[in-house]
Amino acid sequence: MRKRELSDKSPDNFLTNSIAMAVLTYVDLNEGLVRKSSLEALCYGSQLAERFGCPSEAIVLGSVSIDLAELGAYGVTRVHHVADGGLDVFDTRRHASIVAAMARAIGATTVVLSHSLNGRALGPRLSVRLQAGYVSGVTSLPEETEQFIIKRNVFSGKAQAEVSILSPVRVLTLQPNAFGIRRGAGQAEVITGTTPEDSGRVHHLETRKVTGSIPLGEAELVISGGRGLKGPEHWGLVEDLAGLIGAATACSRAVADAHWRPHHEHVGQTGLAIAPNLYFAIGISGAIQHLAGVNRSKVIVVINKDPEAPFFKAADYGIVGDAFEVMPRIIAAVRRLKAV
Amino acid sequence: MKILVCISRTPDTTAKIAFTENSTKFVSEGVQWIINPYDEWYALVRAIEMKEKDPSMLVHLVTVGAVDTEPVIRKALALGGDEAIRVDAEPGDAYQASCMIAEVARQGGYDLILTGKETIDQNGSAVAGMVAELLDVDMVSLAVALECSEGKAKVTREIEGGEEVYEVPLPVVISCQKGMAEARIPNMRGIMAARTKPLRVVAPTAVLPLTVTERYALPAAKVGVKLVAADQPEELVRLLHEEARII
Repeated sequence: MRKRELSDKSPDNFLTNSIAMAVLTYVDLNEGLVRKSSLEALCYGSQLAERFGCPSEAIVLGSVSIDLAELGAYGVTRVHHVADGGLDVFDTRRHASIVAAMARAIGATTVVLSHSLNGRALGPRLSVRLQAGYVSGVTSLPEETEQFIIKRNVFSGKAQAEVSILSPVRVLTLQPNAFGIRRGAGQAEVITGTTPEDSGRVHHLETRKVTGSIPLGEAELVISGGRGLKGPEHWGLVEDLAGLIGAATACSRAVADAHWRPHHEHVGQTGLAIAPNLYFAIGISGAIQHLAGVNRSKVIVVINKDPEAPFFKAADYGIVGDAFEVMPRIIAAVRRLKAV
Repeated sequence: MKILVCISRTPDTTAKIAFTENSTKFVSEGVQWIINPYDEWYALVRAIEMKEKDPSMLVHLVTVGAVDTEPVIRKALALGGDEAIRVDAEPGDAYQASCMIAEVARQGGYDLILTGKETIDQNGSAVAGMVAELLDVDMVSLAVALECSEGKAKVTREIEGGEEVYEVPLPVVISCQKGMAEARIPNMRGIMAARTKPLRVVAPTAVLPLTVTERYALPAAKVGVKLVAADQPEELVRLLHEEARII
């Protein structure tokens, strides 16, 4: 392991070997573990590097409870780790300045982050610091290397845009669940760095965790309920199915506004936009604002007793029927399937 | 204390999304324009709530847009705020817009800058962070609660599967989302007052965008729903397992 002194106060000290090209991926942690969305970002970064014929490197800030050398399995050759200086407290200003300093130090021409809650906070700061064009919520690799054009969702998922970056350096955040994780066998070289003791101004007072739940933004399978379920006391139908298949739970805006479910479960245009592999909607009519948040899901299943519900037009599978009759039988069938 | 609220104009949530000129331009004919819901319901209303508690606060609104954005700015002023500033430019990307907002912020010397978490048309989540970096101040994103006192902000922010509470000295930029404030509708007094509130137009800063949208596309239409009979719900489970291979 090599040591490198990193100062977030003088990033320009790192303008040394900036002729070399590289892709630098920011790895977002969750209690010392690498988030799934960051594994996707690492794979995206590595494939991008392969396309440009340059090394794929990663940066990790804060304490970890894994062996970072194993990130080599996702195609990165070097992992830069800065653990000290109170970096477990997420401080957009400090974090961005350290990542920007590293990007300059290794001559990174592209910085990749996940469009996670932290990634999307850091990306814009990094882009200003590096004078780099910023594209958030990216869903594809560039098709050619001469002109850097990538796709992203706009109009809350109702359309897609192709955006080209005009600057020589770029910052991207990758839409969660848009890019598959490929695991190889490599080992990365881990380089630890240091930074001055906590010089940030953001003080962490408290963390409140909802334990045991799967983060909705990252979930591959989502079971969601709407007003058709008639009241919070019937959410067992949503939770039982979610529990059986390891899905996250979500709801429509009407349900969150009625306080049947917490606001963080609200998906739709003004809530969270998600793109899971399965979106299973029970008793949701599918208003245009709701569809905007979920229509990027790979498979949509709709259970609704109204055959005219607009959601059926956006669905792949559907049952026109009473959720209170249909759902217990579906749950029983899934239970039998999982018992095999 | 001075608060700057960043306001963006977006198509109504039910607007038909279509493109013209070789899919390079959004069809705005017949579109109803609204204040971006995150800017309105959370950033602006929270600023108004704070001013109601402490009337000595000044709340300014800023938007970057052509003259046709003024009806939406007046709507925002009808909810509250002392005056509005319109930077007379049609920004090409979030960076260009942020540079212009940052310039307004520098001139005005604000303690608190509020934005929505993203706009519902571009979904970039970029302006808050860019403005903060341009001003070299702190930024907390995705805030669901905010209190300010004695030169400090206490901010609750969403994290995956929970919330975190921070204390950060002013000035600070905060992006706001659901939970921050209760949506309001303007009353007649507000609408009347908005007509005479100052709306200052300032010239744009000379800065070029770093990205350009080449073209738009609409998602491919679904081939059609496969309906399963309500008395055979087990068939749905079989299809999801064997055909879609998803459970």
